[in-house]
Amino acid sequence: MFLRWFLYFILILFASYFIFPLYVMVVTSLKTMEEIRQGTLLSWPSGLNLESWAVAWGGRGYGAGDTFLRPYFWNSIKMVVPAVFFSTFIGAMTGYVLTKWRFKGDQWVFLFLLFGCFIPFQAILLPMARTLGVLGISNSVIGLVLVHTVYGIPFTTLFFRNYYISVPTELVKAARIDGAGFFKIFFKILLPISAPIIVVTVIWQFTQIWNDFLFGSTFSFGEAAPIQVALNNMVLSSTSVKEYNVDMASAIIAGIPTLIVYVLAGKYFIRGLTSGAVKG
Amino acid sequence: MKTLKIEELSKNFGSTEVLKKINLEIDEGNFLVLLGPSGCGKSTLLNIIAGLETINEGDVFIDDYNVSKVEPKDRNIAMVFQSYALYPSMNVKENMIFGLKQAKTSKEKIQEQLEKVSKFLQVDQLLERKPSQLSGGQRQRVAIGRALVREPRIFLFDEPLSNLDAKLRVEMRREIKKLHQQLKTTVVYVTHDQTEAMSLGTNIAIMNHGVIQQNDTPEKIYNKPSNTFVADFIGSPSMNLIKGILKENSGDLLFTVSGSNLEIPIKDYDFKDKSNLNNKEVFFGIRPEHIFFKKFNESDFEINLRADLSEYIGHEQIMTFDYANQEVLAKFPSTIKIDLGKETKLYFDLTQTSLFDAQTEERI
Repeated sequence: MFLRWFLYFILILFASYFIFPLYVMVVTSLKTMEEIRQGTLLSWPSGLNLESWAVAWGGRGYGAGDTFLRPYFWNSIKMVVPAVFFSTFIGAMTGYVLTKWRFKGDQWVFLFLLFGCFIPFQAILLPMARTLGVLGISNSVIGLVLVHTVYGIPFTTLFFRNYYISVPTELVKAARIDGAGFFKIFFKILLPISAPIIVVTVIWQFTQIWNDFLFGSTFSFGEAAPIQVALNNMVLSSTSVKEYNVDMASAIIAGIPTLIVYVLAGKYFIRGLTSGAVKG
Repeated sequence: MKTLKIEELSKNFGSTEVLKKINLEIDEGNFLVLLGPSGCGKSTLLNIIAGLETINEGDVFIDDYNVSKVEPKDRNIAMVFQSYALYPSMNVKENMIFGLKQAKTSKEKIQEQLEKVSKFLQVDQLLERKPSQLSGGQRQRVAIGRALVREPRIFLFDEPLSNLDAKLRVEMRREIKKLHQQLKTTVVYVTHDQTEAMSLGTNIAIMNHGVIQQNDTPEKIYNKPSNTFVADFIGSPSMNLIKGILKENSGDLLFTVSGSNLEIPIKDYDFKDKSNLNNKEVFFGIRPEHIFFKKFNESDFEINLRADLSEYIGHEQIMTFDYANQEVLAKFPSTIKIDLGKETKLYFDLTQTSLFDAQTEERI
């Protein structure tokens, strides 16, 4: 009995520890500046004051120096959707080839791809900047899509390769005898059973790309910047009073999409990470 | 015209030689079993026949047409796999007609084939189910159905019963046998189970280390094994191989073991080559089931051996005897009582013996 209560105590303690920052953020974002100046960080807001959310999303409506998230939010969406799609698709294809169409030296290809997972972001900044310059897509959303796709392929390949290696190769043999070709086998046989690993990959890639600051701040500025860069500019470059309520609202807005993805796909996430073999 | 002919076929993975100059022929309607221990190359050979594996040397002919470089789908074959390999995302019907759809068969023909085969295999009630909703036996049936609808020239089976439990395996074995009797399609069947091989095959090719050791009817394989590997591989317990010397004594041939006064006369043995038999080192082979506890035939040879061990397995018992410090196993009904540690009178059926050269291990 005591053990049970002790267990709950510990669990609640840790849960509070994790939920606490979020509580402060939400509460602060709903307060007016007067309330915040009173310094009562933990107190409940006087009312449902959504003004700071409106400012964070749509600005105050005056011209110069008014930074707000809306355009950058769409920049990020335009960047994250194609980047996640292409990196996942290419990863699935590569994983399929590396497991089901083995060729001489395929382990080496896989090994070099794995290196990609361990190269620090900073190391590729300069070569990548040069590449984007030559291609004429620096400071553009397309450029960021390319960077994130390329940088995501090692991870997505690793995921799909490890998933497909547990799919019996006899499936591919049977399909070949049935007359299906390379692409047909991929789209008709393997892709329909890949839902768990697709979910894992999409969550992983979405989180990585949406939350990325380094590539965004290096390869884009001004209007082409993704939301994390805009958030930074907003919070750090305000010239007058620090508006904590707007800052908090902005930070939450920037975090919401990843939360949505986790909530929608979360239950598949664990299933996908732990599942392997296709039984039957 | 041979339905399937394999000529001088060699295959290696890197520096490992998997198949060495294989020659094989199958007549129309025959059931050929490729039998051997794991790693002997039998599955590779089957994959090569299917076109799923490339060839390093040699050729494969189907109906006298060289298919060595032909795609699997164009070889007019169908294959059943050990893991069934049913497409998990498709239901039974889609699984069965996938191949026909790929071949752009007409809708009417597909429907006709599907109905015929699914009735025949009694899976017509399962057509809408996914593979994951089927039992092992049903999955195997569907896998066979998927092969049947294509009406192939040759069926290839890759250990199709290994994933089933013992009882179901025996049932499915009989069904495959019936299937072959009704359809009379040529079959190549890979297994490591000798009972399956014996009961199904019209021909058995025993393989070891990438070489076919013997390709014969089940009766010949059992009665006249061509070398000690085949003799040892077939039968449970396997054939007793007693090492000794042949002695010629005033026209009669005797098998003796040095340091022992036991002698077995070799009469009416069908030697391949009758010369140079005196003092030849040989293995004398006799199966446990050809050693009796009382005289059944006039020609049975009486011998006294010490009983060392008895293994009771229900319907019979396996006795181990000492033959000049070599173990000899015999199979008796479990109702016979034999005292351990004592000399026992046994009878060898000399019409059922085999002799192998001790050096080459080949039948003589």
